[in-house]
Amino acid sequence: MLGLGLERLRADMNRLLALLFHQGVLDEQYLQLQQLQDESSPNFVSEVVNIYFQESEKLLRNLRFLLMDREFSDYKKMGVHLNQFIGSSSSIGAKRVRNVCVAFRVASEQNNRLGCLRALELLEHEYCYLKNKLHELFQIEQQRLLAAAVRYPVQH
Amino acid sequence: MARNGVFSRRWRAEEFDYLCPSLDSDEVHVLAVDDSLVDRKVIERLLKITSCKVTTVDSGRRALQFLGLDEQESFVRFDGLKVDMVITDYCMPGMTGYELLKKIKGSSFREIPVVIMSSENVLARIDSCLEEGAENFLLKPVKLSDVKRLKDYMFSEDRSRTESKVMNKRKLPETSSDDPSKPTLSPSPSIDMSSTPSSEPSSSPGTFSSLLYTDSSSNSNVSSMPSSPDSLTRRLKMRSQDL
Repeated sequence: MLGLGLERLRADMNRLLALLFHQGVLDEQYLQLQQLQDESSPNFVSEVVNIYFQESEKLLRNLRFLLMDREFSDYKKMGVHLNQFIGSSSSIGAKRVRNVCVAFRVASEQNNRLGCLRALELLEHEYCYLKNKLHELFQIEQQRLLAAAVRYPVQH
Repeated sequence: MARNGVFSRRWRAEEFDYLCPSLDSDEVHVLAVDDSLVDRKVIERLLKITSCKVTTVDSGRRALQFLGLDEQESFVRFDGLKVDMVITDYCMPGMTGYELLKKIKGSSFREIPVVIMSSENVLARIDSCLEEGAENFLLKPVKLSDVKRLKDYMFSEDRSRTESKVMNKRKLPETSSDDPSKPTLSPSPSIDMSSTPSSEPSSSPGTFSSLLYTDSSSNSNVSSMPSSPDSLTRRLKMRSQDL
């Protein structure tokens, strides 16, 4: 019974990953991160992704703050934040988030406030979706590890 | 100033992400410079997996401090922290990777190879870096195969050989034909870093399914593909086709 659970969890994880790839939410760089995870660094992916979440939320707050100023929007500063966001998104394989940032950057370079507002909304939406899905993925993995530990208990 | 490594100012350990007081002289020590914490974490892991010792810093200024090259010339470099390679991001606030490269190449540490990383595939940028003496140019996001290739290319001696303990002898790249007087070590096969040899999974977008999770422990130590020294230009050309 436990063995079945393990198989199903693995299938769930693969299915979710396949979906995210199919949707273009993740790209092969995410798989690169997985390759870097092993017994010596068993939580590598979630550690990096959690840092990414923290940094991204700071960047999103900054971007929203910069755009809320109706008098003068510091497009140059927006560009700096966006460059950081593009870089970190690319490093973890967050393809769709990265692409929206690129479009956002174009709007900021054109001093297009409306375009920037739209891009920000889309960016927040994409980021939320990514975060939820990655959390789901990590949850399944946690369950899988627990199930594996029960199935293959360490002999002392 | 005494040569026993006494600093004129105390280093604070928290200034650097990782401080290694004692180094096995066999191990390659890389100084990684990037303002992005995400990227620092990734490059650190990439280097550690390829058996390098890593120190990460978040700016060019800190990198120069670590090397002992900043304004206060009275610094004495701690021999235990000998740096074998610097790998730096190009786009950084304050001092760019390019500026850091120039500072290193214009100093007493000009022998240290410097590798530039950049997310932008701009030929002019690559050219100017190589002209300033950069050893190599990696496109971000950096992959495990990039780092393995880099390490094999630059430090391909078999580290289990005990005679290499004396000095950190580096195999000179086979393409450096400009200085024929430099001695070259006899070529050694590229080192297989994995304990269980496994083929490197295909990285083309269409075959991600082959990399999906299996219950066996993930193959993190993949052997590098045999590569020729001019693979950098080929990779860059391939990259620009992908975009």
